[in-house]
Amino acid sequence: MGKTTGFMEYARTLPILGDALSRIGNWSEFHDHLPEDELRNQGARCMNCGIPFCHTGRMMNGATIGCPLHNLIPEWNDLVFRGKWREAYERLALTNNFPEFTGRVCPAPCESSCVLGINEDPVMIKEIEVSIVDRAFDDGWIVPRPPLDRTGKRVAIIGSGPAGLACADELNKHGHTVTVFEREDRIGGLLMYGIPNMKLEKSLVQRRVDLLAAEGIEFRTKASVGTDISLDELKQDFDAIVLCCGAPKPRDLQIEGRELDGIHFAMDFLTHSTKTLMTDDAITPIDVKDKNVIVIGGGDTGTDCVGTALRQGCKSVVQFEIMPRPADRTATHDGWLSTVRTFQVDYGQSEAEAVFGDDPREYSVLTKRFTSDGRGNLNGLETVAVRWDAGQLNEIVGAENFWQVDAVFLAMGFTGGEDTSFFNDLGVETDKNSIVTVNESKQTNISNIFAAGDCERGQSLIVWAIADGRRAAAAVHSFLLSKSKLSAIVSDEI
Amino acid sequence: MLESDLTFTDDYGLYDPQFEHDSCGVGLIADIRGRKSHQIVKDCLSILCRMEHRGARGAEENSGDGAGILTQIPHKFFVDECSRLGFDLPEPGEYAVGMFFMPQGEEKRDLCQNILLKVIHEEGQRFLGWRDVPTNNATLGETAKGSQPFIRQVFIGKGDGIGDNAHFERKLFVIRRWAKELITRAEKDLAERFYAASFSSKTIVYKGMLTTEQVREFYPDLLDERFESGLALVHSRFSTNTLPNWNRAQPLRYIAHNGEINTLRGNVNWMHAREKRMRSTLFGDDLPKVLHVVDDDTSDSGAFDNSLEMFTLAGRELPHAIMMMIPEPMFEGDRMSDEKRAFYEFHSCLIEPWDGPASITFTDGEIIGGVLDRNGLRPSRYCVTKDGLVVMASETGVLEIDQAEIVKKGRLQPGKMFLIDTRAGRIVDDEEIKHKVAIAQPYRQWLDNNLISINDIPHPPFVHEPDHETVLARQRAFGYTDEELRILLAPMFEKGEEAIGSMGNDTPLAVLSKKPQLIYNYFKQLFAQVTNPPIDAIREEIVTSTDTMIGPEDNLLEPVPACARQIKLNSFILNNVELEKLRLLGESESEFGKFGFKSITLPMLFDREHGAKGLEWALDGLCHLASKAIEDGYDILILSDRQMSEYRVPIPALLAVSAVHHHLIREGTRTHCGFVLESGEPREVHHFALLLGYGATAINPYLAFETIHDQILNRELEIDEAKAEKNYTKAVNKGVVKILSKMGISTIQSYLGAQVFEILGLDKSFVKRYFTRTPTRIGGIGLDAIAAASLERHSRAFFPDANAKNLELGGNYQWRSAGEAHRYSPQSIHLLQKACRTGDFSLFRRYSDLLNDQTKQQGTLRGLLKFKAVPNAIPIDDIEPVEEILKRFKTGAMSYGSISAEAHESLAIAMNRVGGRSNTGEGGEDEERYTPAENGDSRISKIKQVASGRFGVTSHYLVNAEELQIKIAQGAKPGEGGQLPGNKIYPWIAKTRHSTPGVGLISPPPHHDIYSIEDLSQLIFDLKNANEKARISVKLVSEAGVGTVAAGVAKAKAEVILISGHDGGTGAAAQTSIKHAGVPWELGLAETHQTLLRNKLRGRVRLETDGQLMTGRDVVIAALLGAEEFGFSTAPLVTLGCVLMRVCHLNTCPVGVATQDPRLRTKFSGDPQYAVNFMQFIAEEMREFMAELGFRTVNEMIGRLDVLEEVEGSGLDLSKILFKPEIAADTPNFQQTKQDFALENTLDKRELLEICLPALMHDAKVEASLKIENTDRAVGTIVGSHISRKFGSKGLPDDTIKLHFAGSAGQSFGAFVPHGMTLTLEGDSNDYIGKGLSGGKIVVFPSKAATFAPEDNIIIGNAAFYGATSGSAYISGVSGERFAVRNSGVDLVIEGVGDHACEYMTGGTVIILGQTGKNFAAGMSGGIAYVFDEFDEFPGLCNKQMVELTGIDDADEIEFVKDQVFRHIELAGSPLATAILLDWDNSVSKFVRVIPTDYRVVLDAQKRMIAEGLSKDDAELAAFEEVTA
Repeated sequence: MGKTTGFMEYARTLPILGDALSRIGNWSEFHDHLPEDELRNQGARCMNCGIPFCHTGRMMNGATIGCPLHNLIPEWNDLVFRGKWREAYERLALTNNFPEFTGRVCPAPCESSCVLGINEDPVMIKEIEVSIVDRAFDDGWIVPRPPLDRTGKRVAIIGSGPAGLACADELNKHGHTVTVFEREDRIGGLLMYGIPNMKLEKSLVQRRVDLLAAEGIEFRTKASVGTDISLDELKQDFDAIVLCCGAPKPRDLQIEGRELDGIHFAMDFLTHSTKTLMTDDAITPIDVKDKNVIVIGGGDTGTDCVGTALRQGCKSVVQFEIMPRPADRTATHDGWLSTVRTFQVDYGQSEAEAVFGDDPREYSVLTKRFTSDGRGNLNGLETVAVRWDAGQLNEIVGAENFWQVDAVFLAMGFTGGEDTSFFNDLGVETDKNSIVTVNESKQTNISNIFAAGDCERGQSLIVWAIADGRRAAAAVHSFLLSKSKLSAIVSDEI
Repeated sequence: MLESDLTFTDDYGLYDPQFEHDSCGVGLIADIRGRKSHQIVKDCLSILCRMEHRGARGAEENSGDGAGILTQIPHKFFVDECSRLGFDLPEPGEYAVGMFFMPQGEEKRDLCQNILLKVIHEEGQRFLGWRDVPTNNATLGETAKGSQPFIRQVFIGKGDGIGDNAHFERKLFVIRRWAKELITRAEKDLAERFYAASFSSKTIVYKGMLTTEQVREFYPDLLDERFESGLALVHSRFSTNTLPNWNRAQPLRYIAHNGEINTLRGNVNWMHAREKRMRSTLFGDDLPKVLHVVDDDTSDSGAFDNSLEMFTLAGRELPHAIMMMIPEPMFEGDRMSDEKRAFYEFHSCLIEPWDGPASITFTDGEIIGGVLDRNGLRPSRYCVTKDGLVVMASETGVLEIDQAEIVKKGRLQPGKMFLIDTRAGRIVDDEEIKHKVAIAQPYRQWLDNNLISINDIPHPPFVHEPDHETVLARQRAFGYTDEELRILLAPMFEKGEEAIGSMGNDTPLAVLSKKPQLIYNYFKQLFAQVTNPPIDAIREEIVTSTDTMIGPEDNLLEPVPACARQIKLNSFILNNVELEKLRLLGESESEFGKFGFKSITLPMLFDREHGAKGLEWALDGLCHLASKAIEDGYDILILSDRQMSEYRVPIPALLAVSAVHHHLIREGTRTHCGFVLESGEPREVHHFALLLGYGATAINPYLAFETIHDQILNRELEIDEAKAEKNYTKAVNKGVVKILSKMGISTIQSYLGAQVFEILGLDKSFVKRYFTRTPTRIGGIGLDAIAAASLERHSRAFFPDANAKNLELGGNYQWRSAGEAHRYSPQSIHLLQKACRTGDFSLFRRYSDLLNDQTKQQGTLRGLLKFKAVPNAIPIDDIEPVEEILKRFKTGAMSYGSISAEAHESLAIAMNRVGGRSNTGEGGEDEERYTPAENGDSRISKIKQVASGRFGVTSHYLVNAEELQIKIAQGAKPGEGGQLPGNKIYPWIAKTRHSTPGVGLISPPPHHDIYSIEDLSQLIFDLKNANEKARISVKLVSEAGVGTVAAGVAKAKAEVILISGHDGGTGAAAQTSIKHAGVPWELGLAETHQTLLRNKLRGRVRLETDGQLMTGRDVVIAALLGAEEFGFSTAPLVTLGCVLMRVCHLNTCPVGVATQDPRLRTKFSGDPQYAVNFMQFIAEEMREFMAELGFRTVNEMIGRLDVLEEVEGSGLDLSKILFKPEIAADTPNFQQTKQDFALENTLDKRELLEICLPALMHDAKVEASLKIENTDRAVGTIVGSHISRKFGSKGLPDDTIKLHFAGSAGQSFGAFVPHGMTLTLEGDSNDYIGKGLSGGKIVVFPSKAATFAPEDNIIIGNAAFYGATSGSAYISGVSGERFAVRNSGVDLVIEGVGDHACEYMTGGTVIILGQTGKNFAAGMSGGIAYVFDEFDEFPGLCNKQMVELTGIDDADEIEFVKDQVFRHIELAGSPLATAILLDWDNSVSKFVRVIPTDYRVVLDAQKRMIAEGLSKDDAELAAFEEVTA
């Protein structure tokens, strides 16, 4: 199966991302597909491993190893290599409800776990995934397929991010009647407003939502549970409830000057930016045109802020990272999957470099204080360089610095869930960070209330969210039918 | 129970007597004209003593395994003796003598005697008197003495009304059988203690649990000068164990057998099944008194003897009966006469061959002869003297005969018979006997009138069409998985080949898996090891047969033409059309009715709603319906699950087949019908092998065919449908033939119903009922769980989940998240690598915890064992240090070739650093590695493996070892050979293997010098001679009966016995083998330890185990079950970078471990230190357990089952594993005494070393002449080892040592002798001459006194020059079978060879100046043979699959051949060579040059490159790249 010597014959190629300077001129998706021949060669690089680590989907040493969805990666790589796109899509759809999202925005733990990565560049799994699903849409293989029978059971899903949508999709396929509640004006959660358009076109999100709606899922936007719809109503109308409301509470930076104008949470910036693109409603965007911008936080959200700031026309942009610069990838002799963080350049950084000539990132930097222009506006911040000794952070005396800045975005991750009061009102137990406590079946302390995604896992990857949504759906299904009939494709077993 | 009270039928622990094996030496002497003399008896006993080395002794030096002699009744002697006792004997032929073994106790004996007398009387014969046989047990060992029976002869006068002699013999048979029956009825346990060694008016047998010497001492009768006979037949037994048994000694009543019947279970079952239809005019009403034909609890030889006796007494001539039981192979292009062919074809409708290695000598007292199995796997040599004496034996030279008196020296040939008719006073040759038998009836006409081919039946009007809509549902119902389609079936459909995989199996046993299992997965294939050889069904296809016939059978005793009323099938796989043809035969009104068969289809389904009970009812119902159908005259039964529906669930096909098969056997009606299966379930090779093995004659796997159809429709399969079906059928056929050849069975017909399987995980009473007499040693699930699995699959198919768009994934062959569990998982690999690479013991503990975790580890038997809480824990500091434990550690045999130099050397360095041992594997070793590096690291592998391919096995290789391991089998593919394709034979690999870069290599399935236990004993002896300092180890694979085999191996003087688990790794093997052959080491190790203890042999050998040992806990359990040493392979490879890619067979290992590709080898990231860390961690973990359990040393821990107990609730019963035989307290639990090889008795030590001392000291020339006898074995080998040790691989200058011998050389003459030694032999030699020749020169010619023509007579035995690597030999005479097999560099000249010559040859030259046998050059991939083909016969005898035949036209080559012929005259004085040379211009055109095509292509390329100016090395590499591009 596949081409046994493919990995020796073909090199990993680069994705087609368009020229950085021209792509910041608009908000369109900058990713383009590789030509078919090249994709087939990339598929041929897959080694059809005895143990496909890419498909593992497990936490090891705090990192995600392989795909939590257990995507059947070697299978569809081979099918792509053989030009059997439709079959590849069918394989892909077995485990992944929304490959068009994951193929665009997942950080691809599959690739960092690809066995070829031990001593070569890994297989372009993500590129192949998105190519498969986009072709499936283009060629009309994906059409609404409502369930043939309805069970008469009703399920409410609170939150329409990837976990909620995956859960809704699975339950609907099983014939249950599903209603999704979303407090925003559009369905999609972080998919809609958390991820900038150039990474994930919002029309793609809407396309999937429309498809799900056509299959019979009811979506209710601007429906904040507890406000727009009472908890009693919810409990009365539905046989089961699944909480998929995320972990939206951002980590704050409580230092001097935090109250100044011009300091924002990253997610507010990104949400406003996307909303502005999509609506004529008079909302006040956070606009950084001609401003000096500093993003605090080196993760994906931070990078999205960099990309968004560039597109808004910022004057300068710097991205702080508290950790030192990771090493370039070298072969490790500590054994496979030693999960060493390696240096990567994402789209935001390459765009910033194209505009300003430098990588925007500053490493080992700790922000000490924001300074004011005296009118309550931010005008600068003070930092100190730090050193990490055996996991311990130490400030370096004399390595202080001052940065002139107009806007700061805090992109340091998320600490927890919704207001505790919401869960209290529901009677659902949570931990101190408002993360819902669930058992192995994603069931809360209340037998017909389940939870999935960030709200029970804490901030994590989109693939975990979808996987959790599927697992919760399986649990709800067997709860409703009092017996399990779900295929066990999603599993933590190892 | 005390040991001495045991009888051999006791079945306890893991030991099961049905696996006892024996093998031996046989011999006979006959006076062609029947002149009686005492000399014949005396000489025959001498022959027996000269074959002592072919028999064996147990723990006691003076308890033999059994020996005996058969002679004519010594009338003169008995007349005197009886008159002394007070009764007179009538004329010879008018009375009979019974030689009875009876109970020692008087009371029991009286009971036996009284019944015997009563029966004699009732049957109308005259009792004449008793004679107590004088015996002298002074020299007998305790075991033999303790079980010695009371031996008494009975004399019986022929009664009135008895006609001819045959009638009398028949009557005696009735008396013997009926008396035994009545005695057994009176007291059951007398069955074994009342035994007639012989009871005949013509012959008598003296035998017992004796050594060869003891026979004449024990029976003074035999020394009496009056004891005369015109013929005598002797047998010396080498049994795999020494449990007391006098009855099993041979000769039996008609035969003596050297070898083993592999198909015994099936033969006995079928024999039993046929009894209901037996009728005999000769026996008349007496017939019921003599059935069953085959005694319970007899050996394979005994069963053969029983059946032969029955056929003969019921009216067949002895040769006729032998011919039907051991038919000659027939193949396309043979020259068999049509009468004979018709005879064999007709008899194949009556009986399947009794198949296996066999040299059988037989006699009825008047004719005497021998016959050899179709493969020629046992040696048998004879000579005829001018005086009319014939001496035949397993060896030549067993009787001193004046060479001038000899008129003919010959050998038994495969499938051929040798017969002396003392009445006619002449030797009757094979053609004549068989012709006479074959024309006795018009067999061809009988066949023409009755036998039809399935192709003769018209095309049916209706055939089931594939139903695309329901395929998926039905696939789900039968448990198809996606992985099966991708991995197993795709190569079968696309290429007609079985799927190949690599690495070992690390998934749970079926019974311990959490996934629903098909019933097939509980069955493990058995395979031949040591006591019989597996065969090579590809290279030796001529001896295999896949002919299948279906139809009812008739009276076996007196066949009529209608016995041939059968339908000949194209294959045991029926396509849909063929099945419908058979189905329509039931329609008597239609054109299908005219064939005279009646078929009926029986539904093989049960009701869903009735669950497990429903399954049981349905099975009962099916059996009932089958009986009823037979009663109603149906003669073809079709079991079918076609009508499966939502409500009706298919009965697992194997269960249905076996249930009905055994039901009908019990009922005695099994042979009244042919038995066809129509099922959607079978698709893998293993499935078909099982279905045939449990009684189905033909199978229609309709869903497999529909899957092809479906896949083509879905574009999954891009191939023509008819082609895919053909491919699939071909792959299944090939796969099944391979499975039966692993067991040494060569015909499908003998395999049917042979049940060569062991069950793991099925309940005992369930097995007893439905799979009768299949071993199942750990119990397990029964009908309920099997029904549940069926119902679960059925539900998934017919009541599917909304998301059920696909098949289950599987995950058996590759890890999948929701698939089957694997011990090598992402997590375990990550932890293992990281722990060993960073030296972090705490991480290693996490790895071990993951694997040891009771809840997850229940995939293995050791996971079901736990340690008892022991009160006497001791501090860890008191435990022996890690360094001490490490000495017991080894790495497994992985050849250089299967893994890279980097990986191979890293393991060697690691093991040398820790004081353990690494293993070369079978690929030889570069001698550069014998020199240590500057830092002290050594790359030498202390264990040198000797496998069937003998690659690189030279004298120098052997002396550079601390341990020599004979690989009998390999866990991943026991019973199979291997193949290394040309594209992996890089120049550096070719160098160590002594082969040609770019040319493929084949390892044969068997060692061609081990077809039985005494052969192994010989190889052990040879290797010990080749390196006295090395321990000799024998590697076996765990299977039911391995303990018994191991006991034999211990008696063959192995010093280490390795019991490998079935899940060990491989560089390439069929997936079927990886998954389904062999059993876990826990079972094999425990069985071996128990059996050795029981036989008092445990103290003589070290036991080793391997096969997925992964943690300290695994090793501790192995020690507790009896192991002293431990092998690791996959785990250390993982530390070096292996990530279980399972692509070793593709040469694409991306981490540089299992590849030779230079680009990939650069990616190797291992370091010996990682493997060192692994070994140390394991030892450290062991110490922790030892502290807990209170053992200070590993020795204290060995065999301490008392600290183990079973985990509760597993549903299995491990009590047999934990069984401790009751043995004397001082019986050693581990090796304490050394094996005695008696090397001081070798000719080398007695004389040669001293003679050769000047050469060994200061390479001075020496020359000497000596006498030699057949008991002088491996002559020259020890001297050779001294040369290799001192002078390295180059040896000494030509002819430094010249030794001349006169006489008959024993086996392995000149084995492994290196350069500088020339051995000349005047006389003849036995088997294995020149084995592993390493540069020496051997010359053999007949005695100068001989008057016969050398080229017409046999002079050397079988498997001569096997695995020889360099040197030369000149043989004036003819060799036995398999000459120059695996020759890789020797230049040979000989005057004629037997079958299969030059098989698997890879180098060197062979010049044959006379005739060759069949199948010449099979699997030959290198070297050149030149055959002087005077009569243009050779092309028909050559296997042309790999070679091309031309004349010699190259001037250099002509010169070479001429030169060799000249040297042959010069050295061996060959008259034939002289004649050829005198007429050279004519002669040269008669030579046929045999050269393998691939080899020629590479040589041509090399030549061209050199001509272009490349150096030799560069030319090799360039040629390699060119041919493999």
